Amino acid sequence: MSFGLTVAICCLYMTGNANAGNVGGTIAEYKAESSYIAPGKQQGVTLKGKVVNENGEGLPGVTVVLKGTTTGTSTDINGNFSLNVPQTGGTLVLSFIGYTTQEVAIGGQTTFNVALQPDVKALEEIVVVGYGTQKKSDVTGSVTSVSSDDFVQGQVTTPEQLIQGKVAGVAITSNSGAPGSGSTIRIRGGSSLYATNDPLIVIDGVPVDNGSISGSANALSMINPNDIASFNILKDASATAIYGSRASNGVIIITTKKGKAGDKLAVNFSTLHSLSTVPNTIDVLSGDEFRTLVNQYGNSDQKALLRGFNTDWQDQIYRTAYTTDNNISVSGSVKDIPYRVSVGYLNQDGVLKTSNFERTSLGVSLNPSFLDDHLTTNVNFKGSQTSSVFANEGAISAAIIFDPTRPVYTGSTRNGGFFQWEKNGVFNPLAPTNPLSLLMQRNDQGEANRWLGNVQLDYKFHFLPELRANLNLGTDRSDSEGYILTDADHAPNQWKVQTISEYAQEKENNLADFYLNYQKEYTSIQSRVDATAGYSFQEFIAESPEFAFRNNETGEPLGQEPDYIPSYSQHRLKSYFGRLNYTFMDRYILTGTVRYDGSTRFSEDNRWGVFPALAFAWRLGEEAFLQNVNALSDLKLRLGYGITGQQDIGRLFPYLAFYTRADNTAQYQFGDTFYPTFRAQGYDEKIKWEETATFNAGLDFGFANNRVTGTIDYFFKDTKDLLAEITVAAGTNLTNRLATNVGNMETKGLEVALDFVAVSNSKLTWNIGINGTVIDQEITSLSKVDNPEFSGYDVGGITGGTGNFIQKYAVGYAPNTFYVYKQVYDESGKPVEGLYADMNGDGVIGSDDRYLFKKPTADFTLGFNTQVAYGNWDLSMVLRGSFNNYVYNNVYSNLAARQSYSFGDYLNNVSSNVLETEFGNYQYFSDYYIENASFLRMDNISLGYNFGNIIGDKVGLRATANVQNVFTITDYNGLDPELGTGIDYSLYPRPRVFSVGLNVNL
Amino acid sequence: MALAGVITLTAAACDHSLDITPKYDVVSSKVYQDFNNYKPILAKLYAGYAVTGQQGPAGRPDITGGDEGASNYLRQYWQAQELTTDEAVIAWNDGNLRDLHEMDWTSSNEFLRALYDRIFYQVALTNEFVRETTDAKLGERGITGANLDAAKEFRAEARFLRALSYWHALDLYGNVPFVTEADKVGFFLPKQTNRAELFSYIESELLAIENELVAARQNEYGRADQAAAWTLLTKLYLNAEVYTGQAKYTEAITYAQKVIDAGFTLEPEYDHLFLADNHTSDEIIFPITFDGLRTTTWGGMTYLVHAPVGGNMVPADYGINGGWAGLRTTKNIVNLFPDISGNTDERANFFTNGQNLEINDVFTFKDGYAIEKFKNITSEGVKGSDGEGNHPDTDYPMFRLADVYLMYAEAVLRGGSGGSVAQAVDYVNELRERAFNGTSGNISQSQMTLPFILEERARELKWEAHRRTDLIRFGRFTSDDYVWPWKGGVMEGRGVESFRILFPIPDTDLTANPTLEQNTGYTR
Repeated sequence: MSFGLTVAICCLYMTGNANAGNVGGTIAEYKAESSYIAPGKQQGVTLKGKVVNENGEGLPGVTVVLKGTTTGTSTDINGNFSLNVPQTGGTLVLSFIGYTTQEVAIGGQTTFNVALQPDVKALEEIVVVGYGTQKKSDVTGSVTSVSSDDFVQGQVTTPEQLIQGKVAGVAITSNSGAPGSGSTIRIRGGSSLYATNDPLIVIDGVPVDNGSISGSANALSMINPNDIASFNILKDASATAIYGSRASNGVIIITTKKGKAGDKLAVNFSTLHSLSTVPNTIDVLSGDEFRTLVNQYGNSDQKALLRGFNTDWQDQIYRTAYTTDNNISVSGSVKDIPYRVSVGYLNQDGVLKTSNFERTSLGVSLNPSFLDDHLTTNVNFKGSQTSSVFANEGAISAAIIFDPTRPVYTGSTRNGGFFQWEKNGVFNPLAPTNPLSLLMQRNDQGEANRWLGNVQLDYKFHFLPELRANLNLGTDRSDSEGYILTDADHAPNQWKVQTISEYAQEKENNLADFYLNYQKEYTSIQSRVDATAGYSFQEFIAESPEFAFRNNETGEPLGQEPDYIPSYSQHRLKSYFGRLNYTFMDRYILTGTVRYDGSTRFSEDNRWGVFPALAFAWRLGEEAFLQNVNALSDLKLRLGYGITGQQDIGRLFPYLAFYTRADNTAQYQFGDTFYPTFRAQGYDEKIKWEETATFNAGLDFGFANNRVTGTIDYFFKDTKDLLAEITVAAGTNLTNRLATNVGNMETKGLEVALDFVAVSNSKLTWNIGINGTVIDQEITSLSKVDNPEFSGYDVGGITGGTGNFIQKYAVGYAPNTFYVYKQVYDESGKPVEGLYADMNGDGVIGSDDRYLFKKPTADFTLGFNTQVAYGNWDLSMVLRGSFNNYVYNNVYSNLAARQSYSFGDYLNNVSSNVLETEFGNYQYFSDYYIENASFLRMDNISLGYNFGNIIGDKVGLRATANVQNVFTITDYNGLDPELGTGIDYSLYPRPRVFSVGLNVNL
Repeated sequence: MALAGVITLTAAACDHSLDITPKYDVVSSKVYQDFNNYKPILAKLYAGYAVTGQQGPAGRPDITGGDEGASNYLRQYWQAQELTTDEAVIAWNDGNLRDLHEMDWTSSNEFLRALYDRIFYQVALTNEFVRETTDAKLGERGITGANLDAAKEFRAEARFLRALSYWHALDLYGNVPFVTEADKVGFFLPKQTNRAELFSYIESELLAIENELVAARQNEYGRADQAAAWTLLTKLYLNAEVYTGQAKYTEAITYAQKVIDAGFTLEPEYDHLFLADNHTSDEIIFPITFDGLRTTTWGGMTYLVHAPVGGNMVPADYGINGGWAGLRTTKNIVNLFPDISGNTDERANFFTNGQNLEINDVFTFKDGYAIEKFKNITSEGVKGSDGEGNHPDTDYPMFRLADVYLMYAEAVLRGGSGGSVAQAVDYVNELRERAFNGTSGNISQSQMTLPFILEERARELKWEAHRRTDLIRFGRFTSDDYVWPWKGGVMEGRGVESFRILFPIPDTDLTANPTLEQNTGYTR
């Protein structure tokens, strides 16, 4: 709910600016009094006045501040105020929640009577929806806006982190602590099993490709967060259906910052400097503890492998890392052409040694209007160049198992000086590799360029101004390249020369969309109509050439030379869409949308899908019977139902019968000739759209002049024709498993968001935002014919053994429910090794005794944020909680058995958990390792000080200090309870980040 | 109105724009128009036994749902035939892998499922080729002359490979769904066949193609010829009593004799059959070929060369970069050799240094003797072509002459006519002379009994994926009168339910195809 509040505040701020130019017109009356004081005297001036509402009644609690200072007061119960200022001149700013902020030039006056007008703009707050904007009051769907004032502060290097924890129903989990790494975004839990669950992301009207870019950790990290003005998150079908086939997982519309007509030149410079530290490491045995254990339980061979060192391998691979993030933007307008140009430079070191992310970004936007404002244009360009050094994350898992009694370096030059497990003078490839050597003897670098541009023309017809035509042409392109160098003396390198493997990729996403919009007010019948109809075409292309793996010294290919046939992918979407918004008496609002989508992923027979939605909103607060309820300032009921689609199922031509050629490493020999084989691909010629029907009921409310605002939404999603990868009847198709339309999944949930303005006066403002989400998801069918005996599909591969899975997609359970044995404990509560409950009662413990137990997703998530401003100081924090999310502690299961060190010829360290369980053998599938990973995390705490305007009132200066990932309260025994997959093994630790920053405005 | 122009142009350009096809792949409707594509398609039918997908050693897999390397046809066929017997134990605690040796597998066993899926993948792939190369279709596409002759040979080979996989299905799973080229690719529920019907189908297919295949020893290396089909017929007939209840030992002798008469000769040095240059051997009737650079996988021979290496074994001796410390054998096999050193019978290729004969713990590599058989070095001692030492050049001898000799002898002993005991003894002694480097190990007619044949097959053919079928044919697979360490999950070994001579239909297929009935004895 934090968003609702933040929107309101942002809106006030913006409307304040917008109205600054015509303040005179809103001042009802002012009189000069005779207390003019000559300049130079110290006692100052006392300004007095009264603030009234639109009915002439005194308004208590209005904040009155001398602009650009902290000098201020608030009105008393009758609306009167008195304020001492050093001198006359300057401007008074009067603000009150629910009213338009006014600025009054003081001039020579000392007495002021001011009438504040209700903030119709607040009601007319504009929300960006698909293909256009709507007044917030007219919105019938579940839409949340977050603007830049409410973004998460501190070291935010990738856009989605700006709203982490701020929006009900939106779970953003960073994938790792690696620099530039992305996040998993789930809006209302996602709708699919095998198709993507990522929301559609639209930047300035261009749906972007969230697929990965080679040479870049995360495609979204190519966008500089500092250029973003707002996020609008469309959650229910009535809001998203206009995006049809890509809307089932919600839509995030990102609008970038732009200049405004008439603005003077404004320059903003910000610089942020951070240190990242590793908050904690995985608890494994020290050299001494390990020696004790092996000497107690090990055999003579194992004891003989022990040495006398005490190496903390995790300490060896991590570091404190420095990051600097600098941005400069210039905005204003030249001859009525508003512009904004920004340049950003980020250089982020990761806490895992060698990892680095560097980004230089350029943003340009121009939005001039022509033909008496009948033609508005919007030109945006976002370009960035990133270079990444990817640390070998294999070092993380190597560091937890590498023998702590061995040294890092041997003192000889062999293997580059690193200790490695060898036998008969040859590296043992089954043994772990020296973790530091994995980092230092490999150089994995990538460079990526991405640019995103669009030209949007919006023409309001001269002969019919109610009608607009809008054309948006956009493109999103990237090209990237990279290489991995492995040193000749890196022990696992069998080639004994420096090797290089290279890659490159070009991606292109082109968009053309066009729509007509008609808006008309029919006052005679108290009706308003807003209709849109349009067409959209988008194409995605990616191509990667193939490179030989080579000797970097001679350039000779090593191993089998490839065929140099590039990998190429292409798909297209064509769509027609329409929306009708009808408002009656400003109270009853009906929205209907429909999208007709065609995708190259489906055969001609199934290519097109229709995705309709209908929604109704009733602004109860405007009804006469509630007009007199003073406490209630706003109340709106929303009901919506719609069907959205899903076509992003990974494969590009799942319906098509075709043959694909093998690489040169999978040929077959006839005689003396090797043939690159041709394989007939499996296909489902009847594959079609996955459809999700969503019902949403919501209530928006505001109390006490909107000091308390909130939203409650209930939703129910039913995904039909679920694209699930199922086993096909043996022998019937050209593979064993295919994605086809079977199965159903239901998701239901409740979201609540509340915002409070706890205190608001001239000295102190305190806002609190809380949001909570309850989600329940269940697979209701997974096969064409129901078979209650079927235990479901294995998912969730674990570390340990080959092909071991710990989760299931099973009917009647949430996706990824854990599938485990029920551990039996002794009287002292210690798990008995290898003893499990006989769940099927057949007297034997076998694979049929595994049961479905708990799931990785939370039942309940919580977001809490608060901002306190006192004078020039401000403090904000964000906390996030997640409850009843479970994690399989794979670190324990794979390291907490004495078997870990019992491989021949080398020793592996064990987790200290082995001292508790005393397990000899691995018990991978015990439910002992399924842990409740509920947590409460303080994501962020920020302190800012506003120096106000300095250097002759011309320069605004603000300083900030910030800590991210401050603390985590959890009972989970592993490194970090927050894991999207629910399987904890070698997470790149999320760093704790300490930052200081300066922001300068000219 | 430039705007309108742009819109119109855009709209026009996009109009037929949804009819795109893959750029570097060939649409099925066109692939058979060009005869140059036929051989690469045929190559895939063979490669299905060797590799796991279109990218080696892993990537773009043919089938999914588990570890790709572990889904390899040969790897799982080998495991199903060997880990379930006294010939092999494995130290890896992967999923339900241990159930194979403990003989308590269920229908959710992922390894048995992978094999089943591989078998039916081969069936579907060969069906597709057989369907697309009928005389009528070849005629429509203008394939004539030498191309037409070649296409017909290819088609016969595809039918051979389909018969081979159906034979695996018959032997391992028994009552399986049945699909032929008459069934189009799609989603449907094939009918279940039974062992007798499937036996007849395989037999009729092999007899039908007998004269369409290239003559014995005349085809390119790697491709099946008449002798491959005859060998498969011999196997089918030798086991006919198990499959259908009706003995066909005479037919077994007939086809074994055809193979023997075709001119194959025993490899002079036994060990050379399993080395990186074994493609030169004149004993191998039908191989699955591998290459360290060009035919690579984490299953197949990569598995068979790496998995047996552990303990004190030096990986370089086997031409590889490291052992996987998995496979060993039980004392039952060791005890078949009075002298285990290999100095008397060189087929006693055990590695005992640091290994224990007894298996106290299946998951400890040092328990159980290791076997040195498949290696990635040539007969001249040169390491294979993969500079990294991962993937061997060694081919897998799926069918070889020694097996046919022993089948001949067994069929004669079991009462088949058309052969002679004297001839059988000669064949067996040929094998023993090679093994003993002389006649010291030769047997007499009276020594050649059926129990001897079973033992001799283990000595000669151990770890060549015959053992399970052999034990079943001799009634010693499930019973408690023949046990081996950890049979039935106990160290001393014990008998298990007799229904385990067939594996269960995987539960995934019972779900996908509810018309199927589970094999007798399995709960679901």
